[in-house]
Amino acid sequence: MNIRRIFALAYKETLQIWRDPRSLAIALLMPLMQMTLLGYGVSLDIKHVPVCVYDQENNQQTRGIIGDIVSSGWFSISRTLTRQVGIRHAMDRGDCIAAIVIPANFSRRLASTGSAPVQAILDATDVNTTNIAIGYLQGAIGEINAGIDAQWAAAHGIQPSQIGQVDLVQSTWFNETLDSRNFIIPGVVAVILALVGAQLTSLTIAREWERGTMEQLISTPVTALEVMLGKLIPYFVVGLVDAVFCLAAAAWWFKVPFRGSIMTLFVTTALFILVVLDIGYLISVRIRSQLGASQVALLITLLPTTLLSGYTFPIDQMPAPIRALTFIVYPRYYVTILRAIFLKGSGLADLWAPSLGLLIYAVIVIWLAARAFQKRLD
Amino acid sequence: MNAAAPAIIAEGLTKRFQTFTAVDHLDLRIEKGEIAGFIGPNGAGKSTTIRMLCGLLRPSEGHALVAGFDVGQQPEAVREHIGYMSQKFSLYGDLTVRENLRFFGGIYRVARSDMEERTRFAITMAGLQGREDALVRTLAGGWKQRLALGCAILHRPPILFLDEPTSGVEPEARRRFWDLIHDLAAGGVTILVSTHYMDEAEYCNRIALIDRGRLVAMGTPGQLRSRHLGGDLFEISCTPLGAAGQALKDAPGVIDAAIFGDKLHVVLVPGGLDSTTLPGFLQDHGISVQAMRTVAPSLEDVFVQMVSGHHGEQGAP
Ligand SMILES: Nc1ncnc2c1ncn2[C@@H]1O[C@H](COP(=O)(O)OP(=O)(O)OP(=O)(O)O)[C@@H](O)[C@H]1O
Ligand SMILES: [Mg+2]
Repeated sequence: MNIRRIFALAYKETLQIWRDPRSLAIALLMPLMQMTLLGYGVSLDIKHVPVCVYDQENNQQTRGIIGDIVSSGWFSISRTLTRQVGIRHAMDRGDCIAAIVIPANFSRRLASTGSAPVQAILDATDVNTTNIAIGYLQGAIGEINAGIDAQWAAAHGIQPSQIGQVDLVQSTWFNETLDSRNFIIPGVVAVILALVGAQLTSLTIAREWERGTMEQLISTPVTALEVMLGKLIPYFVVGLVDAVFCLAAAAWWFKVPFRGSIMTLFVTTALFILVVLDIGYLISVRIRSQLGASQVALLITLLPTTLLSGYTFPIDQMPAPIRALTFIVYPRYYVTILRAIFLKGSGLADLWAPSLGLLIYAVIVIWLAARAFQKRLD
Repeated sequence: MNAAAPAIIAEGLTKRFQTFTAVDHLDLRIEKGEIAGFIGPNGAGKSTTIRMLCGLLRPSEGHALVAGFDVGQQPEAVREHIGYMSQKFSLYGDLTVRENLRFFGGIYRVARSDMEERTRFAITMAGLQGREDALVRTLAGGWKQRLALGCAILHRPPILFLDEPTSGVEPEARRRFWDLIHDLAAGGVTILVSTHYMDEAEYCNRIALIDRGRLVAMGTPGQLRSRHLGGDLFEISCTPLGAAGQALKDAPGVIDAAIFGDKLHVVLVPGGLDSTTLPGFLQDHGISVQAMRTVAPSLEDVFVQMVSGHHGEQGAP
């Protein structure tokens, strides 16, 4: 590998990008346009929301209430806890997105005052799921209340409408305002960068084949790795500018709270840009026509990215085989990372798993692209 | 690389695309400092051969050594020693003259201390002084091709492959281009150049005539002329032409006699009639001879006949 050659290629590519201002303008403005278009998400039905249960009283009545909640079909109990701190751990690990807490004096309060609270703690990082979960919980509690009312009325000989009930006291963590945009927008940024990034580089090799310059280039001693690095460097800069635009729009235009560090954001974003550019480059190497490469890049980034990255459809609501599939959908790692950085203020240490996912991806794609670049015409 | 070894050797070099054989068992031997011309009609296999010699296509059969390296096994070593101008113009049209030179200088790792001088040389050679900052796509054909040559020789390769460098270039610019080729060869560079302009064959030291993937003939222009005819060509003005032709058909030493316009073209080999006895022979047959002279066939005549004759053979059952 020779720095001089990489530099010569990067310089040439930069000049070509610069001399094509229309494409450059599209590359820089397109993401912003897409941000405004995709900035509003969709909500969808979910089932079997994983919940943790912390039943402080744990008697027949409270167990019955929990059984009623589960039998509604919307929830499944992933853990039964015995301590309050367990909730935080379970949520951090992603074991549950809601915790139902029944206080120790629940039965007594219900009997004496006719009203008792059930607490629901919600991980609102994924606000769609959270909102839907709240709706289901309210529905389930409503039915429980109706049952209690009927029993109470029968026992005391009074009208059901006058009696008390179970109150749902909810508290949301990580995304207190429950603003769905806070959840959707970081995902939108990831999706847009994945789409635009692959488009940026998908043309770079195909263009040289179509113009006939590739035949000249591969007759020189230049290596596959030099060509890749030389070509990626200028697009990396363009990709970073796109990322800055999108992230700035997320923070200032869509007002998503930013609690993390710029450094963490930069490192993970740079890694993600590297992956998406190299995916586009790999496509470009394999498909020697610009039109074909651009279409393939769109096809293989658009559908998996929008459907399987978890940006609107929560990954933990997917059936197991599909969920397994999302591990190869690289934007899912960046979606997770961005939400955590924005909403939880997570640092690199917290994000090692998705970051490692991206890193592995980068290494594999670079290896594949370098191998796919043949200095032959046949 | 051995000083006496040929620059390019090919033995049984073959390229098949699926079932189609584009290059068919080609044998070549090109010495250092030679200008070797590849001549042949469209689709003859010139580009395919050159691409194999540059390591860009893998031979289906046979092998070739360029600068002592096997093109199939050591293509990278081959690339270190060659310059290549592909048939399709292949500089970057959206870069300027100077930027293209700087790019290829970087790719070939031309020492920075040499860059200035070599860039100036290439610009002068291409006749582009004062247009260094013009975008290459705005240049006319002749300038583009000379600049492409300049880029291909920036790293001073000992062997140069030029694939139809003069196609689509006006005659004056073509002559200038050949002057450059001769200058390079005088400097010791081995040059393999393809063309389908027959007149350019005369500018080569040796010519390989290629048709349908086969080497039809190879030699100096002079060798090809006489080898093809198998003897010396004479042009005779006489009357009546038809009777003269008949009389000469079976005469000793005559291998061909044909009416050519209002004259007779006769090919003679030593051992029978010759230029002194032939007029008398004709007069004995009652034919009056006005004039007789030797003529040199043009290479174009030679090639046209060789290629069409070759086709005839192939067409026969
Ligand atoms: N990649 C390929 N796949 C299939 N056939 C090919 C391929 N490349 C060349 N050919 C065929 O091989 C034959 C020889 O082509 P080649 O380009 O070598 O001819 P050429 O002598 O350079 O002709 P021209 O004067 O038109 O440039 C042609 O019939 C061509 O169609
Ligand atoms: Mg050709």
